Amino acid sequence: MTTPANTLRRFAGTGRGLVADSSALVFVVLGLLVAGSWALVGPSFLSYENILSIVQRSVALGIVAAGQTIVILVGSLDLSVAYLVSVTAVIASAIMQGDPALMLPAVAVCLAIGVIVGLTNGLIITKLRVNAFIATLGVALILRGVLNASVDNFTGSVPIEFQALAYASLGPVPYSIMLLAGVFAAGWFLLRYTRLGHHIYAVGGDEETARLSGIRSHRIIITSHVIVSLTAVLTGLFIVSRLRAGAPWVGPDGAYDLESIAAVVVGGTALAGGRGGVLGTLAGVFILALLDNVFNQLQVNPFIKDIVRGVIIVGAVAIYALGSRRRDG
Amino acid sequence: MTEQQLPGDPPEPATSAGPPLLEVTGISKSFFGVTVLADVDLDVRAGEVHAVLGENGAGKSTLMKVVAGAHQPDAGTIRLGGEEVTFSHPRDAQLKGVSIIYQEFNLLPDRTVAQNIFLGREPVRAGVVDSRRMEADTRRLLATLGASNIPPDRLVRELSVAQQQTVEISKALSYEARVLVMDEPTAALSPHETEALFERVRRLQEQGLGILYISHRLKEIFELAQRVTVLKDGRRVGTVEASAVTTRELVRMMVGRDLAHYYPPHASPDELGEVRLRVRGGGVPALLHDIDLEVRAGEIVGVAGLAGSGRTELAQALFGVRPFGSGRVEVDGRAVDLRTPRAALRQRMGFVTEDRKAEGLVLPLAVRDNGLLALRALGRWLSGRLPGGPLRVTDLMKRVDLRAASLDQEVRYLSGGNQQKVVLAKWLATNASILIFDEPTRGIDVGAKAGIHELMRELARAGAAILMISSELPEVIGMSDRMLVMRGGTVAGRLPADPTEDRIMLLATGERDLGEAA
Amino acid sequence: MSASTTAPSQADVPETPVVKPSSRARRAGRELLGSAPIFLILLVVLVAIAVRNPQGASPEYYLALLKRAAPLMLLAAGQIFVIVSGEFDLSVGALITAVVVGAAVITDGDPSLSYPAIGGLLVAGVAVGAINGVATTRLRVPSFLVTLGMALVISGGVLYNTGGAPSGTLPQNLRFFGREGIEGVPVIGELPYSVIVLVVLGSVCFWLMHRTNFGRQIFAVGGNARAAALSGTRVHAVKTLAFVISAVSAVVAGILVAGFGGLSNDAGAGYEFQAISAVVLGGAVLGGGRGSVLTAMAGALTLEALFTLLNLLRLPVELRFTVQGVIIIAAVAYASVRLRASA
Repeated sequence: MTTPANTLRRFAGTGRGLVADSSALVFVVLGLLVAGSWALVGPSFLSYENILSIVQRSVALGIVAAGQTIVILVGSLDLSVAYLVSVTAVIASAIMQGDPALMLPAVAVCLAIGVIVGLTNGLIITKLRVNAFIATLGVALILRGVLNASVDNFTGSVPIEFQALAYASLGPVPYSIMLLAGVFAAGWFLLRYTRLGHHIYAVGGDEETARLSGIRSHRIIITSHVIVSLTAVLTGLFIVSRLRAGAPWVGPDGAYDLESIAAVVVGGTALAGGRGGVLGTLAGVFILALLDNVFNQLQVNPFIKDIVRGVIIVGAVAIYALGSRRRDG
Repeated sequence: MTEQQLPGDPPEPATSAGPPLLEVTGISKSFFGVTVLADVDLDVRAGEVHAVLGENGAGKSTLMKVVAGAHQPDAGTIRLGGEEVTFSHPRDAQLKGVSIIYQEFNLLPDRTVAQNIFLGREPVRAGVVDSRRMEADTRRLLATLGASNIPPDRLVRELSVAQQQTVEISKALSYEARVLVMDEPTAALSPHETEALFERVRRLQEQGLGILYISHRLKEIFELAQRVTVLKDGRRVGTVEASAVTTRELVRMMVGRDLAHYYPPHASPDELGEVRLRVRGGGVPALLHDIDLEVRAGEIVGVAGLAGSGRTELAQALFGVRPFGSGRVEVDGRAVDLRTPRAALRQRMGFVTEDRKAEGLVLPLAVRDNGLLALRALGRWLSGRLPGGPLRVTDLMKRVDLRAASLDQEVRYLSGGNQQKVVLAKWLATNASILIFDEPTRGIDVGAKAGIHELMRELARAGAAILMISSELPEVIGMSDRMLVMRGGTVAGRLPADPTEDRIMLLATGERDLGEAA
Repeated sequence: MSASTTAPSQADVPETPVVKPSSRARRAGRELLGSAPIFLILLVVLVAIAVRNPQGASPEYYLALLKRAAPLMLLAAGQIFVIVSGEFDLSVGALITAVVVGAAVITDGDPSLSYPAIGGLLVAGVAVGAINGVATTRLRVPSFLVTLGMALVISGGVLYNTGGAPSGTLPQNLRFFGREGIEGVPVIGELPYSVIVLVVLGSVCFWLMHRTNFGRQIFAVGGNARAAALSGTRVHAVKTLAFVISAVSAVVAGILVAGFGGLSNDAGAGYEFQAISAVVLGGAVLGGGRGSVLTAMAGALTLEALFTLLNLLRLPVELRFTVQGVIIIAAVAYASVRLRASA
């Protein structure tokens, strides 16, 4: 049957095109939004500074959304990312204490924490058979308690060298954008070209079928959770480099849990798993950042944004759910 | 004994000498104390199609699952090429050359053909999945099956059912299967696609594979198979050469009247009352057409037919699960629109479904709560009272002769027969007097079956109008006062009480010639 | 697949000819207590508090605990409807905040507007619950997402309205419910109105869930929605009413919170997770089919008592979150493992 996605897929060379695994719809929406925004805001919208600002805003959310894509593809979910971002920011800043020699140890410690959190989530879900929503919610609460009990304000500081991540550029290209591009390129490559990626799709599509073909589904799920936790750590490191010091509220303030899920769903990855890809998520992230930008420019009340966010999330899932229901007959 | 020569006789099998490809002996298997397979022997030779025939519940699926490594037998041995083996997991069996294709395919709809075939063993080059090679290998595999028109990079969900099946077969072949088990392969295929499948099967035979072929469709079996094994009640009744047996004999082997099982007597004409349920010209798009039927108070109308003939769809249409799109339904002479189960319930109808655990009972709830399930759905929400006045659940359960430790026991712990009684009690609680039964004694041991049959006859005698669907021929013959035989989504024929199996099979299969009429 | 034939089969269970009806008393007892050990846990925690704080452990002290726990207990009594039906309601915290802030804005300290304000807020609660229910059942969006989205919308709406800083004041007669009580009661001194509200509404919830046809259908829907639908249950309507009940209980809880908590932007923060922890601690099985209003309320009281104990043990108050996280995971894992064992 012909849907826009299939048409595009065929056009792009089924299975080989760049956007073959994502919903083509989201790119169309993105294009329309860009056009609409340009009409609403004026030519300044498409200026270099504004576009750069949109992309910069996308970096933090984008990195963790890439990870969230993977974990949703495998049929799971991670609600602990927001607090892991905060934990990373605070610990990195506390260890570095403005000393460039401590940058590497700080990063190493944070990555280790990410691995531990990811393993914990994955094990609770697979071995204790707790559903993903509850498991990661529980871990989020655990992190929140420990974090809030330890610090309540900016802690430590980040050396100038580390701040380069957020502020410096290599020629005309900011490091932050390179980081974003790098993470998405890595995610895209993982899903398309590695066995792990193929198995992630398989386990998300039908765990039993995957197991019948010899895939160790529990391992795949646990690995996916480690991946998303590592991306949360990366986001935390990026944020702390931008803020120059870590504070416990950076994670929840940015709503990284809900927004990353929103970006993934808007980007066309099915919540049930097995279908979708990171490039759609990237478009989803841009859409969210674009809306943010437009609202700012039009001086829309910031709290209206929250309302819009809420409606978008539910609406996006509903639309895709309706679409797949029609397709499945 | 007259020889049956049917069109499309299979070619002379090039069966090899030496040990059979696969041989199972003395296979027994029980689940929760219920014997499903008892001392079954079976073997497949290279280049042979060996059909496995039997009614529902005869043990075919379980036997195939044992062969494919999905179940461990309680007793018996499996030999591959003469050597004894055990399969610890279906993958183990697959790697050793035994592959099974289930009726519901094990494919990932959102992945491509190539990705499905090479699932779990994707070829890798320089650390990276080599999609090009995967697709090239897939193309070759499909070509050996004569299916070059299926692009390896197409998503499985975009393929037709027949094409998906071909993908499953290619997947099995890619594991260098020596033995292929096919479970009702033509259930969802058009006649044209079925022919294509047969071609493929013959080609596989020529390549020396041994094929175990489960099917209800006798015509296909005669067309394809060299040997036929008939299973009944978990035992092997016999193995015969397909060219040397008649349809009637096969049917008799499958069904064979068990003299020890007595059914309650049929209703006599003066025990019948008014027409309670009538359908004229009923149809459901793509599933049913031209359905005409009537059920009177006091009678049990049986519905027979092969799998896929539309029996369950008929029940579902009557009960508002997948409602009629055309035609007219009347209850007690009044036209009704049975759009939802609730509407049917309101008309005093009840539906004992095929799958009581998934559709008839709420397993974690107690006997009492399951018994009152439908009645409470009709009751006022903000009241604790039951519509129609207080009901003593004990009495309700006595009516169905339920045996359970207490009313508060969770139904999940009851035996199959008792669970079925609870489902029936649920409908009796609402004073349902038009009852539809779909496979009323499936998964229930022989002792309890008689109890259910008695109950049904008692209900009819008390004035209920009963429609009973069953794929167990003795049951449908023993219980029906009249019978409808379905085929291809419509009523192919109507039969009076106690028809012969031949007559039923004739109508069910649409075969002209079954040999001497009884 | 197992090769065992030794599983205890139904054939082995001695079959008594006719069903033995169990006495009403035994049934009621089972209903009240469930098969959950929560009451024992509650007792242990209450005793531990007394042990830790021997001088302060008076009837008034425990009553104050009950008063503090009342909003959460009410919330749990509402949330259990949603959880037994197989869903989640994460919008209740935002609702509580909205009620607190909204009451202040609507009445602006004027006592004559209190009751109309309460009425209006209850209506709003019904609307929120209805939307949650419809979105979950008709739009096929998972309930945790719908209610999280709703929480965002509500909190956004509230903040928009107040511009970030809550305005207005709460009139005395509105704060009355959460703060005041009947004086001169023997033994305990003052019987808080919040406890009275709790008992009254808790009883209503109990009656709804365990004594009405609606309540029985919730269990059926949660245990096997398909079988329930095939037996004539209007599944969509049942689930939607469950969401409405949860939202209304949140509104009432919000009024109590307004009483003793006062006006703040964070009045309801975190309550949704506490409610789920309480219900799960009380022994309800997520994914539906089992649970009881009384055990849910007992779970809420236990949670609050646990927090009190942690305070007495001088643990930082933020660790409450950690405790909840551990409880949620442990309770669900325990239920999940037990379910597998009995399968």
